[in-house]
Amino acid sequence: MRGGNSDTPGPPPIRRLKLEDPAPASAATAPLQPLGGQAPQQGGFTAARRSIGAPQFSIRRMEIDNVSVHYGAKEAVKGVTLPVRQGEVLALIGPSGCGKTTLLRSLNRLTELTASARLSGRILLDDVDITAIEPTLLRRRVTMVFQQPNPFPMSVFDNIAYVLREQGSRRQRKKALEPAVHSALDRAGLFEEVKDNLDHPALKLSGGQQQRLCIARALAAEPEVLLLDEPCSALDPKSTQVIEDLIVKLRDDVAVVIVTHNLQQAYRIADHVAFMYLGDLVEYNSATTLFGSPREHRTQEYVSGAFG
Amino acid sequence: MESSIQTPLPTAPSTPPTPQRNPLRPSRGHTDAVEGSATWQLADRIGLAFCWFLGLLFCAIAIAIVLYLMVQGIKFLKPSMLVTPAAAGFTEGESGGFSDAFIGTMIVAVMGIAIALPAGIAIAVWLVEYGRPAALARITESTIEAIAAIPSIVLALFGTVIFSSTALGFLSRTSQGVVFGRSFFAASAMLSLVALPLVVASVREGLNSIPRHVREASYAVGKTKAATTRRILLPTCRPQVATGAILGLGRIIGDTAIILVLLGATQNFAPVEGTGFPLNYLRGAGTTLTNFVYEASPTGNLNQPQKAYAAAFVLLLMVLALNAAADVVHRRARKVGTWSH
Repeated sequence: MRGGNSDTPGPPPIRRLKLEDPAPASAATAPLQPLGGQAPQQGGFTAARRSIGAPQFSIRRMEIDNVSVHYGAKEAVKGVTLPVRQGEVLALIGPSGCGKTTLLRSLNRLTELTASARLSGRILLDDVDITAIEPTLLRRRVTMVFQQPNPFPMSVFDNIAYVLREQGSRRQRKKALEPAVHSALDRAGLFEEVKDNLDHPALKLSGGQQQRLCIARALAAEPEVLLLDEPCSALDPKSTQVIEDLIVKLRDDVAVVIVTHNLQQAYRIADHVAFMYLGDLVEYNSATTLFGSPREHRTQEYVSGAFG
Repeated sequence: MESSIQTPLPTAPSTPPTPQRNPLRPSRGHTDAVEGSATWQLADRIGLAFCWFLGLLFCAIAIAIVLYLMVQGIKFLKPSMLVTPAAAGFTEGESGGFSDAFIGTMIVAVMGIAIALPAGIAIAVWLVEYGRPAALARITESTIEAIAAIPSIVLALFGTVIFSSTALGFLSRTSQGVVFGRSFFAASAMLSLVALPLVVASVREGLNSIPRHVREASYAVGKTKAATTRRILLPTCRPQVATGAILGLGRIIGDTAIILVLLGATQNFAPVEGTGFPLNYLRGAGTTLTNFVYEASPTGNLNQPQKAYAAAFVLLLMVLALNAAADVVHRRARKVGTWSH
């Protein structure tokens, strides 16, 4: 687990969490013990403040119902049940190989691109089984942003216009698409930076701008659910912060599911957190509870940095 | 008397450990650490010398061919040759030019690539994007490679069989129920087979070089495979499509065997009577620059060596122009940028 921020002086990273809003301590939960017997200090993890308040509202968008994903003989996800709600951010955390990315990809049926993948259980989008929805239509309603920024080798404008142009109809004029493109870039917080030259090749933007362009592209499809697969892991801290603020802003418009291996990030921006380990869903709880006083011992070990 | 052992204090060396470069001598762009071949075994040094020698030798040969053709060509090529058809005459000056051959080359090139390019792109897209069932994909790959390996004279022979059939009689001249079987249509069809493997190989390479995550990014915003292929993948492959087309065109323009067998080997256009323009020309016989060089060379029927050089020079110019065009396409594509994988 990554310790404190750059202001922390010499001593090794603090293992114990200390939250601003102390969760009600229950007798059954043992307080988290710092590893190595060090006394907890001020600073350290407390510097990772939560960036968001309580969600304003919450609408159930997707239901993941006892979903298992097999790649051939290997079971990558074992019987996971989770709700996905608009108005809040759901973070999937866990060590590498725990199945969180597989679960995310199964939400918009991207696992079907792998020949050996099999899915059992049900995933519902607005009470409709996603296997009953045509895949491309589903993927317009549930869009995804990947770990590595991957804009298309076209101009910034064309990247967004590509999503907006309807299938099969006549090619729309650039003027007609301009408002929608500007609005998508605005929602992603990129418009101010690129508005002077929308014909600039997208691959010439910086990493953080490219990732925001990918988010704008995902938003241009007007999705109901936005999936993010470790969107900031390839970016510098400043871009990370910009994108985290953006994610928090977006949660009212779309349901956000973010996979992250950065526990501080999950703490900063998530409303609910699901901790997965080796394909199982170990614990699903609100972020403050999961980080403050988790129910499961394994969760406690993970968030205190015993492994991962 | 006590003796104190004094260890000398370590001092910084007065001179730097590596020999100092003369600052006035310009750096050659390599460090002193590059090995020379002086330390190698004798066999390896002979090998290196061999490589240098052969490289330079064949470079010299290639330059010699091009230069010789250019010199002879410039000496003998007159612009009037390109617009004057061949005529009967006793001396070279009276026998006109090779305009029919020149136009004939253009016709077969355009028709041949017009068949090979769409077919090649379609095959490459299917092989890369679909490729199921796997056995069918393997068979397709093998057949394309086999076509590339067949000598063009064999293809020409095959072409005569096909185009002499009465079912395809409308593609060439027919008189009294006998199908002539030789025409621009016939030659272009077989020439497209010559260009096809090159187009397929080049487009396949282009499509394979696009990383998987670009396709995923497109699917992840709800675009179909068709839209992804049409709007993202193929436009990104423009340089490779251009390279394939240019390599194919180069082979078509230079092919002689198929022309000799399937184009009728006349000196001028021989349009079919009774059909309107342009079908009468395309169904008829004709000639191309390669055929003309063959005929006009000192060992051919016409024995007009000056015109042979001139025609060969025109061929060379066409191929050089095609390569320059490919270069322009590649340079413009590079400006768009590449992915950071």
